[in-house]
Amino acid sequence: MRDTPLSNCERDFLLKAIQETKRLDGRQTYDYRSIKISFGTDYGCCFVDLGKTRIMAQVSCELITPKENRPNEGLIFFNIELSPMASPAFEMGRQSELLVKLNRQLERCLRNSKCIDTESLCVVSGEKVWQIRVDVHLLNHDGNLMDAASIAAIAGLCHFRRPDVGIQGEEVTVYSTEERDPIPLSIYHMPICVSFSFFQQGTYLLVDPCEREERVMDGLLMIAMNKHREICSIQSSGGIMLLKDQVLRCSKIASVKVSEITELINKALENDKKARKTGGKFGFAESLPQERITALKTDVSHVEMSDVKEKANEIVQRAEVPPQTVPSPVLTAPGTGQVGEGLENSWGLEEEEEEEDETVELKMELEEGHEEKGKGDVVVISDSDSEEEDVVILNQVTTKEKASSSNQQGAVASKQQQKKKKKKKRGQ
Amino acid sequence: MAGLELLSDQGYRLDGRKAAELRKVQARMGVFAQADGSAYIEQGNTKALAVVYGPHEVRGSRSKTLHDRAVINCQYSMATFSTAERKRRPHGDRKSTEMSLHLKQTFEAAVLTNLYPRSQIDIYVKILQSDGGNYSACVNAATLAVVDAGIPMRDYVCACTAGFVDETPLADLCHAEESGGGTSLALALLPRGGHIALLQMDARLHQDHLETLMEAAMTACKGVSKVLDEVVRQHLQEVSALTGE
Repeated sequence: MRDTPLSNCERDFLLKAIQETKRLDGRQTYDYRSIKISFGTDYGCCFVDLGKTRIMAQVSCELITPKENRPNEGLIFFNIELSPMASPAFEMGRQSELLVKLNRQLERCLRNSKCIDTESLCVVSGEKVWQIRVDVHLLNHDGNLMDAASIAAIAGLCHFRRPDVGIQGEEVTVYSTEERDPIPLSIYHMPICVSFSFFQQGTYLLVDPCEREERVMDGLLMIAMNKHREICSIQSSGGIMLLKDQVLRCSKIASVKVSEITELINKALENDKKARKTGGKFGFAESLPQERITALKTDVSHVEMSDVKEKANEIVQRAEVPPQTVPSPVLTAPGTGQVGEGLENSWGLEEEEEEEDETVELKMELEEGHEEKGKGDVVVISDSDSEEEDVVILNQVTTKEKASSSNQQGAVASKQQQKKKKKKKRGQ
Repeated sequence: MAGLELLSDQGYRLDGRKAAELRKVQARMGVFAQADGSAYIEQGNTKALAVVYGPHEVRGSRSKTLHDRAVINCQYSMATFSTAERKRRPHGDRKSTEMSLHLKQTFEAAVLTNLYPRSQIDIYVKILQSDGGNYSACVNAATLAVVDAGIPMRDYVCACTAGFVDETPLADLCHAEESGGGTSLALALLPRGGHIALLQMDARLHQDHLETLMEAAMTACKGVSKVLDEVVRQHLQEVSALTGE
């Protein structure tokens, strides 16, 4: 099912707000939404909430034969799934462009940067190695999937424990979790992706776009860095033209954000370790927020009131004085009474008027010959296409002169004036 | 690949080039008579062929039609004999789809699509021999093909790769240098305004080195643009000589 398209007013509103450095949820240009990281009951299961975007990553492993040209190294396989649960725009089973883009970016961010020591995954060289598989599922789409996916993947990998393996000569025994404690993976560094969205051909830049902002953006720049200020991957997408200093500025902002997020991940891992040791509750069910109403008040929400007074004054000053009302009714004809004059019809019937004028004008030119016979000042045209039943043309002389001088515009204008006069007469 | 010195002490690379030297670029335009525009480029050992059809009416699903500009459709594929090991899946796998997306994005930024509303421009690129710098060769070949087809662009789109070894930036990487595990940056540039149409970087690089690396890549792209310009002018001379102008 296709996504509802973005209306023009919404698009204009968003772009105008961005021009005034205002965002929909009140954030600053370089602010991230609140990130919440929680872990599931299994080792390697991680949930990340980036605002309303919710992503789950699960890490698993199995023993397979290695590649022929790299017999000593284990394998890592990434897979991102966009399920229709996340957004009505996603369809199950169809490999869309977005999916390919996300998958490739995650692969490049985590695999090419060699964040995991693959040689430690080797069990028997050339025969058996561990294959680590990271499955990332999108649960709710509210923008900035790449960042959330990279945080979930790396947190999941840090959290994961693989089974211990014993080698005795030719025999390989895989110990289950009950027999021996599982071993964590050796991770060198934690690459985290930061997304920058560009608007108005690169003039405005926002960090962590939400879904609405993503729809109106021109393009995206994704920079993956780790906390040692090493850039792991840069990818620009969308048809934007960047300048070198824009890219450098983004990388500086990214380094700040990455160190904050790495702190957060480490803290979450610590908390989870503590909870498991002390036997506290952990898991997916616990990570869902309890939305019970416990008090009859809400949090104070900040409304920007800085220039409300000036704006209100401006609006009041610019407002027109309301027209004075006619106190007493006017009796135009026996049985009718009128109070006030009524406003001019503002429904834009001028096109209709022009059409009517054209048909009337044609008939006029046809009948010009007849008119000179002296039909009189008032001509009633009964078979024109206009909706009014009787099209009465007043002031015959002026229109004849103008039509004969083939000044069409003048004729139309004068006819419009006549129409207005007629309408006023009708109004009365 | 340990033990392979990408940059020797005297400053020579594996194939004898200096750090900032580009590979030899040879290009031909108007290779196929059937297509609206075509070009063939050789950058060192990397050989790429590009063919452009268009602008024509949108084929396939009419829903892709844009009312105010042209749709650009790119397809990137590698010949099965292009790599050292025979490629089992020349197109349809993730890497090819990603490359096609990148090409499409690059040319959407460069081609004046708003001159051809409700139409489609097809760009097909094939790598005949892959020796590093696949994306750059594709972009350069496609630029020449688009110029050959007579479709207006904002500027030449030139692409080049750059790497970083021993604090020195290397320009125009070959396959051994790319897969050696060092940094590789691919950049597509519109040389006149210095606008970057696509920026892609893999593998670790410290943030402080980013500026030097980007500078090296941009200089290399400007070098490539000079070569492409020469090729276009020469082709124009040949064609006009044949028609007797």
